[in-house]
Amino acid sequence: MINIEVNNKKIEAKPGETILTALKRAGITVPTLCFLEGMTPTGSCRMCVVEIEGFADLIPSCAFPVSEGMKIYTDSQRVVNARKTIVELLLANHPDDCLYCPRNMNCELQKLSEIAGVTDRKFLAKKSEHHLDYSSPSIVRDPAKCILCGRCIRVCEEVQGISAIDFIGRGSRAFVGTAFNEGINISSCINCGQCINVCPTGALTEQSSIKNVLNAIADPKKTVVCQIAPSVSVTLGEEFGVRAGEDVAGVMANALKQIGFDKVFETSFSADLTIMEEASELVERIKKNENLPMFTSCSPGWIKFVEQSYPQFIKNLSTCKSPQQMLGALIKNYFSKNQNLEPEDIYSVSIMPCTAKKFEAGRPEMSYKGNDDIDAVLTTRELVKLIKMKGLDINSISPVLADNPFGDRSTAGKLFGVTGGVMEAAVRTAYWLLTGEELKVQAIKELRGLDGLKEATIKIGDLEVNVAVANGLDNARKVLDDIISGKKVYHFIEIMSCPGGCIAGGGQPIGADLDAIRARMQALYKIDEKESIRTSHNNPSIKRIYEEFLGHPNSEMSHKLLHTHYHEREILV
Amino acid sequence: MSNYKSIKCCDECWHESEKPCNDYIDCLNSEPKCHTNEECKDLLNKNFTKLRYEEIDKPVVFLGTGTCGLGAGAGKTKTEIKNFFEKKGMEVDIVDVGCIGICALEPIMDIQMPGKARLSFKQVTGDTVNEIFTDFFNDKINEKHLFGQHRNEKLEAYKNVPYLDEHPFFKHQTRWVLDNCGIINPTNIDEYIARGGFQALSEALRLHTPIEICDTIERSGLKGRGGGGFLTGRKWKFSQNAQEKQRYLVCNADEGDPGAFMDRAVIEGDPYKLLEGMAIAAYAIGANKAYVYIRAEYPLAIKHLKIAIEKAKEYGLLGTNILDTGFNLEIVIKMGAGAFVCGEETALLNSIEGKRGMPKPRPPYPAVSGLFGKPTVINNVETLANVPKIIKNGADWFSSIGTERSKGTKVFALSGNITFTGLVEVAMGTKVREIVYKIGGGIPNGLKYKSVQIGGPSGGCIPESLIDTEIDYESLKQVGAMMGSGGLVVMDERTCMVDVATFFMDFIQRESCGKCIPCREGTKQLLEILHRITSVSKQGQQTAEELERYQSIINMKSLANVIKDTSLCGLGKSAPNPVLSTLRWFKEEYEAHIFQRKCPAKVCKGLLTFTIIPDACTGCTLCTRACPADAILGTLKHPHHIIHDKCIGCGSCVDVCKFNAINVE
Repeated sequence: MINIEVNNKKIEAKPGETILTALKRAGITVPTLCFLEGMTPTGSCRMCVVEIEGFADLIPSCAFPVSEGMKIYTDSQRVVNARKTIVELLLANHPDDCLYCPRNMNCELQKLSEIAGVTDRKFLAKKSEHHLDYSSPSIVRDPAKCILCGRCIRVCEEVQGISAIDFIGRGSRAFVGTAFNEGINISSCINCGQCINVCPTGALTEQSSIKNVLNAIADPKKTVVCQIAPSVSVTLGEEFGVRAGEDVAGVMANALKQIGFDKVFETSFSADLTIMEEASELVERIKKNENLPMFTSCSPGWIKFVEQSYPQFIKNLSTCKSPQQMLGALIKNYFSKNQNLEPEDIYSVSIMPCTAKKFEAGRPEMSYKGNDDIDAVLTTRELVKLIKMKGLDINSISPVLADNPFGDRSTAGKLFGVTGGVMEAAVRTAYWLLTGEELKVQAIKELRGLDGLKEATIKIGDLEVNVAVANGLDNARKVLDDIISGKKVYHFIEIMSCPGGCIAGGGQPIGADLDAIRARMQALYKIDEKESIRTSHNNPSIKRIYEEFLGHPNSEMSHKLLHTHYHEREILV
Repeated sequence: MSNYKSIKCCDECWHESEKPCNDYIDCLNSEPKCHTNEECKDLLNKNFTKLRYEEIDKPVVFLGTGTCGLGAGAGKTKTEIKNFFEKKGMEVDIVDVGCIGICALEPIMDIQMPGKARLSFKQVTGDTVNEIFTDFFNDKINEKHLFGQHRNEKLEAYKNVPYLDEHPFFKHQTRWVLDNCGIINPTNIDEYIARGGFQALSEALRLHTPIEICDTIERSGLKGRGGGGFLTGRKWKFSQNAQEKQRYLVCNADEGDPGAFMDRAVIEGDPYKLLEGMAIAAYAIGANKAYVYIRAEYPLAIKHLKIAIEKAKEYGLLGTNILDTGFNLEIVIKMGAGAFVCGEETALLNSIEGKRGMPKPRPPYPAVSGLFGKPTVINNVETLANVPKIIKNGADWFSSIGTERSKGTKVFALSGNITFTGLVEVAMGTKVREIVYKIGGGIPNGLKYKSVQIGGPSGGCIPESLIDTEIDYESLKQVGAMMGSGGLVVMDERTCMVDVATFFMDFIQRESCGKCIPCREGTKQLLEILHRITSVSKQGQQTAEELERYQSIINMKSLANVIKDTSLCGLGKSAPNPVLSTLRWFKEEYEAHIFQRKCPAKVCKGLLTFTIIPDACTGCTLCTRACPADAILGTLKHPHHIIHDKCIGCGSCVDVCKFNAINVE
């Protein structure tokens, strides 16, 4: 430990750490803008500058290491004035349309302006002439609101290894854009929405489907049903003052009913179904020793990534549709019959932690006999808006159960929401399929936690199955490259595009820190620990649907509705 | 190697790039070391005499074909020279040389007859060649184009022809870096060696340890000529302390300042000097790979550099096991796309790595973690070109000239309102007045000096009251300017300093990389404020606009200081200098613009009032027809009248009026 002095008070710091880290630990707040926990500091916004004795200029605390005896001032007049000027400069050409902005009241620029005490417009400038990029089914880019902090660029590059966007142009004409400044839909963007989660302003938002959903609800001819992804119930509450990780599944189901959905289903049910299909597929592939390793196919960003960057691995992807699409197909083709409805009469909505799901729902593969599996996808954030729009307070709503026939789930299905969860669920069922016995282990420790890359060797009878779990596509790339180079041999690999899995998906509430994400993860583990039905094959509704409709896993009907194939995809860059 | 053709005495000399000899350069400069043969000694000596053009057997014509020469028409001159000698049926050697420095007089052509001194002619455009040569071969020297003769004791001088070194332009210079420029064939390695080239490298590699080299350079007091002014030897020592074995040397040839062309001239005119300096530097810091980061807008410099690297490799002076000392060096040329910010070292490194040229926060400093994360030393062209002479002549020799804290010489690119635009190299401590009035030949048209802008857009200006400032790193800083890379723009009394600040701010805000907010948004705001100061107010909006304008000025200085205080890199930190510097020395001009709404130098068109002097106007109607705004009324042969509300201040009427009948205020 070394000693430094901050605002005339002595604090301790670790050698080599940045000034900002030391200040945070000591509880001294310095406003930041371009700073992203765990990523390379770029020192570009200069918001976190501090005054250090002996230095002629102000120093960015996020990018400068502490040293013994350093005397730092975080609130001298020079610092405060510099910060205020920086905010004023940003506001000079930022649109004044907060009231119409999706990030109103949840905008870092608004907060910084308040902290800096900006009360009037000091600088005037021409407004940006960049146009909205509405081309993507998942993400809307509004470069006019962009303040060029570069957080989206770093997430896209460092976490996802995609680099679909970067700075273009110099000086005040610089902006963030795609290659050749074309629409983001033809870029390498995988629609994961991590950029939205880190954007401090309204420059990046999801493509909203709220209007379409409300119109469908208002249409008396439509039966409007929805499904809720496993991770949404442990994140939604945060937006209503509930502590992070609190499971609000029942309340949420009631809220959805009150919003006007005729039926509320659980995507965790179809997650169980996915496991039945996927585990069977895995067992078959291992028996035949073909197309191994097998990759999970639940994460649509990952699928697009393989299609565009690693097409040689398309055959290794599980042919299972994602749980969203499986349930969509069942709603339109099974539930409809039960209810004596035509598939066209049903408007099927999914509520997802994910923006890429919007893209997935629109894929041409995702339909049966001309009917799209899913009609609209709402993110957790959109659901929050919908609830607020309807004037509902989830703190005073009583919980209800999800509707049959797709309301039952095992905890294995629920685990889909967190990295390693699909793998754990699949291993449980594969074990049962191969040995006829239940896996004794309560939790596979190696597959849990937020590490970007996890590995395990699992003994199933005489078989040793090598599995890997990766989250964040930069980690997925490492896995693929290791397989190509022959460094690693695996049987089964789970990939989730977002770091941490769906609990930190690109459609989740904005501004979650690592602690919140950890709490969400623990919440899912707790559900798995508490409840009794812990395997997909023991979900009674799953048993019933095979008996009544599908026959058995990988049956002809399953292949018609629940499986698909992917193709090499061309992108601009 | 089949095309291998180095200078050798006889077949007993076995030096080759694959089988290098430690004594190679030493032998060439004295006598063979591995065998004794008087003939060989004579041959080497004779070779060198020839390569120095002290003994020639046919006429040699030297033509300045640097970028400046070519721009002035040297290409056509060359064709005409060839035509002339073909017609005359006379054999001739035409040698392309670089820029001798006095760009204003280009194309410069020298002719040397066997046994006679080298005679130099100025402004030799294609159409003048025939006349000059016809005169010359009729024993007449064309007075109009005569520039002077080169001094050489071994050759017969022309009578009544002044020596070039007595010309005021050269007389007050100390040409150490530029000594070969405009004199030698820049692509011929033999000529460079014959003038003592590669002796320093040979000496450094054979006789000194890297740390000794660093010491010598540090003791010489050589400071970075790219603007920072950090002690070069000390910088080299930093990377010596680094643990990593892989290290890089980077030569910054990304000369981005408007009006600066020192590096270009050195590389075009004497590329081997840079290579020699780089090799010594690389040896000193323990690098075996070096990059030259040069802008693609310098095609000729790149061409010469490529040839030079190729030749030096052939001669075993680059590559593996150089002069059998075990030292290896590969030099790679990396072309940049001409962004000003890529002259900033971390941005430059990003650009070499293939990334967008944007600066990174320091620490880590490049000496610790630079190119590809390895310890890297970055020096500019002029710094490295100084190195061979220091090694050859010693640290004391170098530090014998200059001021107390700035040693040696500095090359400046002289441009603007000055008689002799070009490249000058002066001892540190030379006064601005000497450069402008003695070397530069003063300001043309008898106009008065107003200021020089030194150090490029991020530098500052020096008003008349400070014209006796001695140029060195410290005193320039004191007056709010900086050495920068060496651009020196002279401005006469017709220059408006607010307009100058606007020009430079416009440049900077366009060239800011856009990464950090104070530089990206702040420079734009400064420019907007300057525009508001220099633009015209529309009728009826005056009060609101004026208030805004006053407010701007109050904000301007504090904004400039925040930009300086908080920007990420050197570009941003020095970005407000044009404003701060002009505001410091020419405050009254700002005040005239703001309060009186007048531009004293009559440059800012928005503030000028055009009126027709009735007594002078003949009513010729020329101005009426030239006015794009239909602001001039009048009938033929009657005095005209300008409607001020319609006038856009373009000045077209002034340009066309033959009777000086338009008054501008």
